[in-house]
Amino acid sequence: MIQQVEPWVVLSFCAAIFFIGFAGVLIRRNILVVLMCIELMLNAVNLTFVTFSKELQHLGGQMSVLFIITVAAAESAVGLALVIAMFRTLRGVDTDQIRLLRE
Amino acid sequence: MDISPVFFYLFAGLALGCSLLVVLKKNPVASAFNLVMVFFAFAGIYAMLDAHLIAALQVLVYAGAIMVLFLFVIMLLNADVPSFDLQRSHPGARVVAGLLCAVLLLAFVWAFKNSPSPVEPGQFSASRIEAAGGNTRVVSELLFSEYILPFELTSVLLLGAIVGAVAIAKRKQKVGAGGGVK
Repeated sequence: MIQQVEPWVVLSFCAAIFFIGFAGVLIRRNILVVLMCIELMLNAVNLTFVTFSKELQHLGGQMSVLFIITVAAAESAVGLALVIAMFRTLRGVDTDQIRLLRE
Repeated sequence: MDISPVFFYLFAGLALGCSLLVVLKKNPVASAFNLVMVFFAFAGIYAMLDAHLIAALQVLVYAGAIMVLFLFVIMLLNADVPSFDLQRSHPGARVVAGLLCAVLLLAFVWAFKNSPSPVEPGQFSASRIEAAGGNTRVVSELLFSEYILPFELTSVLLLGAIVGAVAIAKRKQKVGAGGGVK
């Protein structure tokens, strides 16, 4: 039975979530799923901040997370507005349809 | 760290599985609901790490506001048909992306495992936070004293985001029909 969780296990878990989100950004074409993967990456970084905040006994990490959550909310609002504008122009939500400059 | 291993591995496994499903599911609605599960699992881990205010905000802001926004846009655009974009992407690109992420992840794990333990702990130990009135009180007092300038700046940022989102998503009126409005 594992007695306790080492900090590096928690940090590695954060890195795993971050790179799952990163892979999603790289391979997915649906812009909505790409935005969701960006949220996933932001969450992974938040958990890293909180882990270090606990380990170093310093609350600066938790303050950073508060501001990151605010910025993420603003980012997703503007990002989804951009998705709506893109859907009006292209009639689709796939990023490989964005080739107006090539034509 | 003094957190319960059983619950940590439960939440971590849930988050890992659901985040893989976010990437792999074809239907954006299914991805969104898996993302909600990831957010709840993260909120559980925050609560275990003594970040109670962050855990509550995670549920309220992420699992509440942001996911409602996502689902609203998916339904609004009628984009909840399964798109087979995963198959359409270049197979080489998928392999390169997977390998890149795996290598970077291994590098991060190696770095975390072999990094030295922190220099000296700060002043906010668990017992002192408990004595000062709990996590939420201490964080709030810091937010309104030491971090007051960034706190006020986020309100300006949110205002800018509201104006920007409305200006971008607003339906453009036709020239002539709108009476000279471009």
